[in-house]
Amino acid sequence: MDLNVAAQLNSFLAAFVLLTAFGMLVQRRMYGLVHLFTWQGFFLSINTAVVGFVAGKHHLYISSILTLSLKVILLPYILHVLIRRLKVHKEVEVVVNIPMTMMMGIALVIFSYYLMAPVTQLSTLVTRSTLAVALATVMIGLLMMITRKHAVTQIIGFLAMENGLFFAATSATYGMPLVVELGVALDILIAAFIFGIFFFHIHTTFDSLDVDQMARLKEED
Amino acid sequence: MTITPLGIVSLSVLLLFLAVLLVPLLKSSQRLLISTSFTLASAASLLGIIGGVWAVGGAITNTMILPVGLPDLPFHLRADPLAGFFITVICLLSLFVSMYSLGYIKGYLGRRPVTSLVVFYNIFLAGMLMVVLADDALFFLIAWEVMAAASYFLVMFEDERIENRRAAFLYIIVAHVGAIAILLSFGIMAGLATGFENFTGYTFDAMRQAEFPLKWATAAFLLAFLGFAAKAGVVPLHVWLPEAHPVAPSNVSALMSGVMLKTAIYGIVRVSFDLLGTFPWWWGAIVLILGLISAVMGVLYALMQHDLKRLLAYHSVENIGIILIGIGLSMIFTSFNMPMLAALGLIAGLYHTMNHAMFKGLLFMGAGAVLHATKERNMEEMGGLIHRMPWTAALFLIGCVSISALPPFNGFVSEWLTFQAFLLSPAMPSPLLKLLVPLGAALLALTGALAAACFVKAFGVTFLGHWRGHHMPRVHEADWFMRSGMILAALTCFLLGVLPTLFIDWMDIIPQQLIGTKIGVSSGTYGWLWLTPVAQERASYSGPIVFVGILLVVVAAYLILHVKPGAIHRVPIWDCGFGKLNQRMQYSATSFSMPIRRIFGFLFNIREQVRLTPRGVYKAFPKRLNYYLRVRDRFWGWLYNPVIEFSFWVSRMVGRLQQGRIQAYLIYSFITIIVLLVFSR
Repeated sequence: MDLNVAAQLNSFLAAFVLLTAFGMLVQRRMYGLVHLFTWQGFFLSINTAVVGFVAGKHHLYISSILTLSLKVILLPYILHVLIRRLKVHKEVEVVVNIPMTMMMGIALVIFSYYLMAPVTQLSTLVTRSTLAVALATVMIGLLMMITRKHAVTQIIGFLAMENGLFFAATSATYGMPLVVELGVALDILIAAFIFGIFFFHIHTTFDSLDVDQMARLKEED
Repeated sequence: MTITPLGIVSLSVLLLFLAVLLVPLLKSSQRLLISTSFTLASAASLLGIIGGVWAVGGAITNTMILPVGLPDLPFHLRADPLAGFFITVICLLSLFVSMYSLGYIKGYLGRRPVTSLVVFYNIFLAGMLMVVLADDALFFLIAWEVMAAASYFLVMFEDERIENRRAAFLYIIVAHVGAIAILLSFGIMAGLATGFENFTGYTFDAMRQAEFPLKWATAAFLLAFLGFAAKAGVVPLHVWLPEAHPVAPSNVSALMSGVMLKTAIYGIVRVSFDLLGTFPWWWGAIVLILGLISAVMGVLYALMQHDLKRLLAYHSVENIGIILIGIGLSMIFTSFNMPMLAALGLIAGLYHTMNHAMFKGLLFMGAGAVLHATKERNMEEMGGLIHRMPWTAALFLIGCVSISALPPFNGFVSEWLTFQAFLLSPAMPSPLLKLLVPLGAALLALTGALAAACFVKAFGVTFLGHWRGHHMPRVHEADWFMRSGMILAALTCFLLGVLPTLFIDWMDIIPQQLIGTKIGVSSGTYGWLWLTPVAQERASYSGPIVFVGILLVVVAAYLILHVKPGAIHRVPIWDCGFGKLNQRMQYSATSFSMPIRRIFGFLFNIREQVRLTPRGVYKAFPKRLNYYLRVRDRFWGWLYNPVIEFSFWVSRMVGRLQQGRIQAYLIYSFITIIVLLVFSR
């Protein structure tokens, strides 16, 4: 494959990752969110494989498969189970209204491009143009955690952030060493399990998964 | 291995730690624990005295490097005459106090376990010795913290009372603020000694050899002085003293007041004379002014107290002030290149250090004996104890005479030397000093007079008259262990007062090493008899002759009054025909200090209320009179309350960050990330 084509493909996939990130930012329904998260994982996985092919780093194939199995199959499955068991598939409540969130997301993307401009000039990698997208994905994930009230959506935001970080690692340095990636993948899996268990407990204790309830844990004056 | 003073003192430290290690074995038998531990502590102190006296007397300096500590930063130990002097002071008092403790701590048996007291007592002693032995900043600070932490737990010993916890908390805060200042000071010196690239500057040797630019030297000195002043209880950092000393067990108060404060004096001398070496005159002026303020304020506050141990604690503030006066004068003279007078000032300060350790230790031990016997700290409830506790009364009186600077005891000698340093000083090349020197002499005289008044009150109200409380408890005399500790301390006070020349000859090496001149007291004929600080025609004092003179007068008075039978009658007190005298009508501590409270009232925060309950319609014949008096330290309002309120305010402001909403916390991180990214782009 020609380098130029690879760069094009990479940018194309990056655009899709960013698109799904924005999609998650505006999506109100829980199942829709999980679907978008699945798609994001899917694009990420393909992107990793493409980068691995272009750079000749074969361990990236393994992490691509890992991403595929973990973020496209296993985590969405767990989230589905969570949503079904906890019966939380109704509309998601937001703190800031959707258009406002969109505007903030756009501002973050511009900000990321502004930040990454010097790095992009210095870098010689094929994937250099997607660094800004990766950073923007991280920030949009964080923004999603801030603007949502529901605990499950916060987890999805957290996982989206992790996707962004993974994407950044791929595009900045052609991926982390395999050991690190395996470790991170395991962490994410464990985190998802722990969150699941916690949510069941929170749900039974508070009878809700609205994180505003936790404001009661604040120290009184 | 040859025996050196340093080796002996190190052995003494090891012995103290051995005493700590033995505690788990002996814990089950508290009585055995007390006797073993305090015997070991006494033995360790005895070893320390030998090492200290030898180091000073032989002008020996030993160093040792211990291969422990942080990697590549071993501990350095050093015993030189200055350290030897302070080791002697510490060990002398700790020997007496350990003997005293053998009896005193038995009073706790059956009431509460004393294991923690024994453990921390020994660690505390070891900590003080290590502070003095340390020859690098790291070991010094570790030892300093060991000492502070151990004394914190000793103050906390009877932790069921809220005042003890409060006092200990206040103490540890002040101690830590001081320790931070000392740490920063050492940091400056170490950094400038060898640069910031390596760590070799942490030894005192490197600091000694370095030349410091004036502004950094000043910063280092001021920080060190702040830190040591917090420990020493210099006004206005003295507030922890009158809280912590009364609530600690009395043997611990004796040590804390007698010698722990002296480690701070050691630090000041070590940093200014030894490590920094040269200094401008106004450093000395700062020390002198703060010393004068501490001396006067300390004694005035002491006069207002009616808690015996609190009164003694305020006197520690006063005496630290007097010591600092000597050291401050010495610093001023050194910077104006008057080595003779500088040596005199230093000797005066160090002599008073020794004296204060002895008489304050003695007084706290005496107060402990009274507390032990009566379970009472409030003087207003005491009285007439001289009949029940003649030994304690006599020994306490010796302490009172010493601290009031009356001949023939030791307090007089050192205050006299301080006066000589003031009076012999020539015209100073600075207008401030021209004002300060005579004013300082006057204030020192005032301090001495007020201290005497204070101890007339302390002794008179506690031991003379009749019991003032409602019913007198079964008071018993202190046992022989306690008595022997006090007798030895009193004897030392006496010897230091009568034979000052021997003592000054012994310690004369310290100014010679630090300043370059001896004061050479024993010049002229009958040198050992006359203490002649500068020149024979200027001033001299003979302890033995004054003692013999006083003895003759006392003997003569006794012969005149007591030998002739019938010269003294014991009769009922004349009651002016009133006929209903009771013990509550005696002169009390509050009434004794009333005139001074009137004169110096502006220095205190006084609230005084008198409430008369008239008997029916006759206003002239009150049924009851309630007198309420509260005297507070003004420094609380000036210095501490603003700090306390400010820190609460800051905590409240910071507390507002805690919203309890996850989103808010996420926003904090988000904004932090964005800001960092923008600024570090």
